[in-house]
Amino acid sequence: MKAGLALLSAFCLTACGDVVADTKSPPAQPQPLQSGYEFLQPQTQALQDDDFANPGFLWIDRGEALFSTATASGSACSECHTDASLPLAGAAAHYPKIDAESGDLINLEGRINLCRTRHQNEAAFEYESDELLSLTAYVAYLSRGTPISVDIEGAAADWYARGRDYFETRRGQFNLSCTQCHDDNWGKKLRGDTISQGHGTGFPAYRLEWQSLGSLHRRLRDCDAGVRAEPRPYGSDDYLAVELYLAKRAEGLEIETPGVRR
Amino acid sequence: MATIRIAAPDTASAGEVIELKALIQHPMETGYRSGPDGKRIERDIIEKFEVTYDGETVFEADLQPGIAANPIFTFYTRATASGPIVFKWTDQDGESWSETHDLTVE
Repeated sequence: MKAGLALLSAFCLTACGDVVADTKSPPAQPQPLQSGYEFLQPQTQALQDDDFANPGFLWIDRGEALFSTATASGSACSECHTDASLPLAGAAAHYPKIDAESGDLINLEGRINLCRTRHQNEAAFEYESDELLSLTAYVAYLSRGTPISVDIEGAAADWYARGRDYFETRRGQFNLSCTQCHDDNWGKKLRGDTISQGHGTGFPAYRLEWQSLGSLHRRLRDCDAGVRAEPRPYGSDDYLAVELYLAKRAEGLEIETPGVRR
Repeated sequence: MATIRIAAPDTASAGEVIELKALIQHPMETGYRSGPDGKRIERDIIEKFEVTYDGETVFEADLQPGIAANPIFTFYTRATASGPIVFKWTDQDGESWSETHDLTVE
């Protein structure tokens, strides 16, 4: 009897080992890739398409003004970043990326704050502050239409693996993983809503639910809260890793900032 | 500081009907919601939107708490003479924001 139990547990171990091994194979990602835009109602799509009425442009206007206004210490972003040197058009499509100086993974918000602390002698903006959202939205908007392409080699490989692990791990009281909705069941209905493929291409985006512009990390916090898991802090390593995984997963889709989402 | 976006033509011919659009960044907080700490979020509403064209009121609206954040208005007027179009929003506490657009009638 005891031997039987031991045999059973040995079998379990092997089986569980197989499951772990299985997640190392290429993930079953959505095909064809569809931006969250494709899952919106026509009226919401029209709002995103209208470069005047899209409320996200309120933040982009502010971001553009901040970009060309000198800070207290005397330098404006626009002094270094011109069309001729260090142009930012297309740059946002390659984030998150590894910062060469520190070796850490940073997203667009992180890069803007590094610019402030390293080159402008200013304090970093608080995550999700109006200023950081506005600047991030403006810089991302400069890359609107550029297909996303991120590097997951070298130092980024571990981050990518961590992000994928977060995406595929069941969590919260509902015991759901991101992949169960966004890889396995996209296009189907969840109550009154159509489940999207979960791409972050429109962020920072104006969400009708928020009545405001918000970052991808705010969206991820909502996802975690939605499955009744503990949301991670803004700018946390977990969310940076997920952001990298999502960017790789959305590779080829174009940046849409400012997106409008439900 | 509220960000304002105005869409209006710079020039128009006399008698032409022109489209004016105005968008303002404002939370339009109803006063009925509570925050994450369970406390009530104070009411904060724009109550009045007025537009004058060459000194004459061409559009006005009373706003209520049922109106969403960042309200946008689209309306039409007939171009008569060259002059300033002044868009003005006033909130419940009397604070106001305005933006002027100059229209030239040819």
